[in-house]
Amino acid sequence: MSKAKEALLNPIFNDNPIALQILGICSALAVTGNLYITLIMCVALTSVVTLSNLSVSLIRNHIPTNIRIIVQISIIATLVMLVDEVLQAFDYESSKTLSVFVGLIVTNCIVMGRAEAFAMKNGPLLSAIDGFGNGLGYSIILIIIAIIREFIGAGTFYGIEIMPLTTNGGWYLANNFFLTPASSFFIIGFTIWALREWKTDQIEKPEFKISENSLEAEKRAV
Amino acid sequence: MNNNDTIKKTLIVAISLCLVCSALISFSAVELRDLQEANKTLDKQNKILSAAGLLEEGIDTSVLFESINTKIVNLETGLFDQNINITDYEEGSFSRNPSTSIELSSDVDIALLKRRENFQTVYLHYEGELLNAIILPVRGYGLWGTMKGYLALEPNFKTIIGLEFFDHKETPGLGGEIDNPKWKAIWKGKEVYSDNGDVLISVIKGSVDKSSNDSKYQVDGLSGATITSNGVSNLLSFWLGDMGYGPLIDNMKLQETKDV
Repeated sequence: MSKAKEALLNPIFNDNPIALQILGICSALAVTGNLYITLIMCVALTSVVTLSNLSVSLIRNHIPTNIRIIVQISIIATLVMLVDEVLQAFDYESSKTLSVFVGLIVTNCIVMGRAEAFAMKNGPLLSAIDGFGNGLGYSIILIIIAIIREFIGAGTFYGIEIMPLTTNGGWYLANNFFLTPASSFFIIGFTIWALREWKTDQIEKPEFKISENSLEAEKRAV
Repeated sequence: MNNNDTIKKTLIVAISLCLVCSALISFSAVELRDLQEANKTLDKQNKILSAAGLLEEGIDTSVLFESINTKIVNLETGLFDQNINITDYEEGSFSRNPSTSIELSSDVDIALLKRRENFQTVYLHYEGELLNAIILPVRGYGLWGTMKGYLALEPNFKTIIGLEFFDHKETPGLGGEIDNPKWKAIWKGKEVYSDNGDVLISVIKGSVDKSSNDSKYQVDGLSGATITSNGVSNLLSFWLGDMGYGPLIDNMKLQETKDV
């Protein structure tokens, strides 16, 4: 695989920022109740991480090492504010629903992590591709969570009614748990499990071995 | 490569970065402000029309809104105020400014507002010469934050046409169901005042017993959202009471009987 292709495709399944690196979980919990909102969030994050990687990489040879984190954060914060302004101007409804979570992209570890780990060491084009790839990796997990949560929690897919709710005169009693952010924890957990069943090299080696249960040891001794 | 870590270089990078970033943000904020303001106004107009049941499919909100007469009301006296320009009015700054608001003592502050502005905008819809609907901005604390909305009343100042929230932070699926069209539809036709003028409307726990005499003052509670439901009851009691639009409604009723 060429380097660019690797930078683009690796983060999707092989090195997924959420599933393997366990970064950016907070927004994966918060904004996945509804697929449309999730898509807006994914576009927002992907554009921020792509552009921040590009800008950091462009000036990487001029960034003094002792203030490099501040420089990265300033760039990211600027981009996030821009995205927020654009969203308020062109999609007011979503910006109202996403409210503080657009601003919180600043604290998303994926953006900062890619700037520090990749863009500081690689050229602008490759960095931008890497940012875009990581954005896609983030997006795919969020979309999976959102589809499950919206379907079980509200009986809809992208706002289209699939299972009519009892509150609207149908037969499906919505599972309100799936509308709460906590449900994403379970869905992320199961997604990671599924992914590691498929890509077995992602399974981490146990750091220590749990010692044998004393009862069992006794039983064997007898 | 030259050394980046000198004090001079550090300062140059830091200062130029700040300048570039702030220029970018200022530029976008100024460029997009008109669009953002327009969006906010449109959203409010949409909710006002929707509360009064005046929204029509396929017709622009701004066109429909031309039929709405916006007035500033002095909440102390309950009279319309001609001195304040509608475009200058801003609820937030009026309710924060001590000279244009009053502090609410905890016994009257049932909607947990802390301060109440002395002036509010109300929206009147006339069908020809006749008043068709009055739309009152209401707000109050729910579970997570302030719920802001519009209550539309019929010209008898008693029967609800609709209640619509445009800003709230309630949990989606639980308290957030205040946006559910099905729940909002229950409000139509309910009455807010008893015959002697007490505010009776409330969101009750569970479903309303239709055979009871009080059912016209009661709305089904939202299951799993008792605090939100109570918040809605409280904000209506506050805004329809003496501290809210009570004086205005009394005056308008008086006016109406005089005209007849």
